[in-house]
Amino acid sequence: MSHPASTAGDQPTTHTPTGLIAFAWALVGVPLAYGLYNTIKAASALFG
Amino acid sequence: MAVPSFLARERIVARPGFNRWLIPPAALAVHLCIGQAYATSVYKVALVEHFDASLTAIGIIFSIAIVMLGLSAAVFGTWVDKNGPRAAMFTSAVFWVSGFLVGSLGIYTEQLWLLYLGYGVLGGIGLGIGYISPVSTLIKWFPDRPGLATGMAIMGFGGGALIASPLSRQLMNWYDPNYDPAVAGTVPSGNAVAGLFLTLGLLYLVFMMFGAFIVRVPAANWRPDGFDPSTVKAKSLVTTENVSANNAIKTPQFWLLWTVLFCNVTAGIGILEQAAPMIQDFFRTGETSTVLAATAAGFVGLLSLFNMAGRFVWSSTSDYIGRKPIYMVYLGVGIILYVILATLGSTATWIFVVTAAIIISFYGGGFATVPAYLRDLFGTYQVGAIHGRLLTAWAAAGIAGPLIVNGVLDSRGTPGQLVAGDYRPALFIMVGLLAVGFVANLLIKPVSEKYFEPKPTDVPTAAAAPERSTVR
Repeated sequence: MSHPASTAGDQPTTHTPTGLIAFAWALVGVPLAYGLYNTIKAASALFG
Repeated sequence: MAVPSFLARERIVARPGFNRWLIPPAALAVHLCIGQAYATSVYKVALVEHFDASLTAIGIIFSIAIVMLGLSAAVFGTWVDKNGPRAAMFTSAVFWVSGFLVGSLGIYTEQLWLLYLGYGVLGGIGLGIGYISPVSTLIKWFPDRPGLATGMAIMGFGGGALIASPLSRQLMNWYDPNYDPAVAGTVPSGNAVAGLFLTLGLLYLVFMMFGAFIVRVPAANWRPDGFDPSTVKAKSLVTTENVSANNAIKTPQFWLLWTVLFCNVTAGIGILEQAAPMIQDFFRTGETSTVLAATAAGFVGLLSLFNMAGRFVWSSTSDYIGRKPIYMVYLGVGIILYVILATLGSTATWIFVVTAAIIISFYGGGFATVPAYLRDLFGTYQVGAIHGRLLTAWAAAGIAGPLIVNGVLDSRGTPGQLVAGDYRPALFIMVGLLAVGFVANLLIKPVSEKYFEPKPTDVPTAAAAPERSTVR
């Protein structure tokens, strides 16, 4: 998933910690997974 | 209107080496919160009982919020583009959370007008600014895959309701143990809803501020590794020029796209608004339906999933097949599906469910693909502001869609006694609307050169001065 940007001029470069990216994705991914799970559970009544 | 320095665009210009995959979760942190707007039905009945008001009086809260969404996106779009995503996300969070807090106070004190002012007006402004806040930034970070990038964020708006619905039921159960979401007919107390508003407001404050503080904008000369802009320009309708928001609304392309979005959204809302009663009415024999209430609720859940998935899948697909062709699919295939729904929808449950689910995925796809379509036509310069102005089509569709469906159904009978045939006039009106949208999409051509902004000079802009950046 990591996709470093290309360099621009002679500015100092930075490095985005992988842990920060993983944390950010988890922070939005976990609630989304909770919502998906509950919605699929509700939708399963259609096929029950 | 100046913003505090910690919110300023110049403070968040990314240095070389910054990983752009931190931007989608920043956008999602905002859209997952404001997507709660689609989950208001979970406490609607509780508010009706608490305020001893009509369904219409409570429904107006949501209508005010959607109208304010369209207006604020249109009015503040240029401000959002000028000041950048952090200022926009921060401002959106302040309005959205204030809306919940004022709304909570209104419920506690039984002042309905405070709910209109809070969730409706303040929350609606937060919705509008929040909805457009990450769009322009994502397009700039992902010039190679703008459909994927905006699809991810706008998918979050659909996903927000998926999270807020079960979470709200759970929280209201905690605040009012007499309310059991698993038991039909139980309704949470007004104070439980007030507690829910307070809790959601605080939760959303944390999430949205997280998004605001991790978001970055790329330097003006930044581009992804291996990305060649000439490959994008090679596609038809895609420009490397820029058009201002004020000029964009003078072009026929803007209004044709406005028509496309209006028709696509109106048609989708036609099903979304009536989903649960509609599936029961389609399979009604006499007084009873073969589709139980629990199954109808499952159908609503399935539509939510397809609404969300369509935003990501179809918008990402548009990066490969182009924006105009994907809208031909949304509108053209949508016409066929609506005709199938109207004529064969009542013959088998699976036909009804499959056609409705695909229609709703096109509805979501239409929302998610439109920022990339705008980028193709008008460039990246003020795409957020142009998007904001285009969202007035959503506000208009939010009024037209329910008016059409409810107007037709009111003329055909009373709720609980309607059958599939009663829906047909409304469904064929939607077919006509989709046909209008299809033609409007076909008429979209590249924007005339006279609307292009002058080429940039050598004077560095704020975004092109990353040495002043304080980012990590």
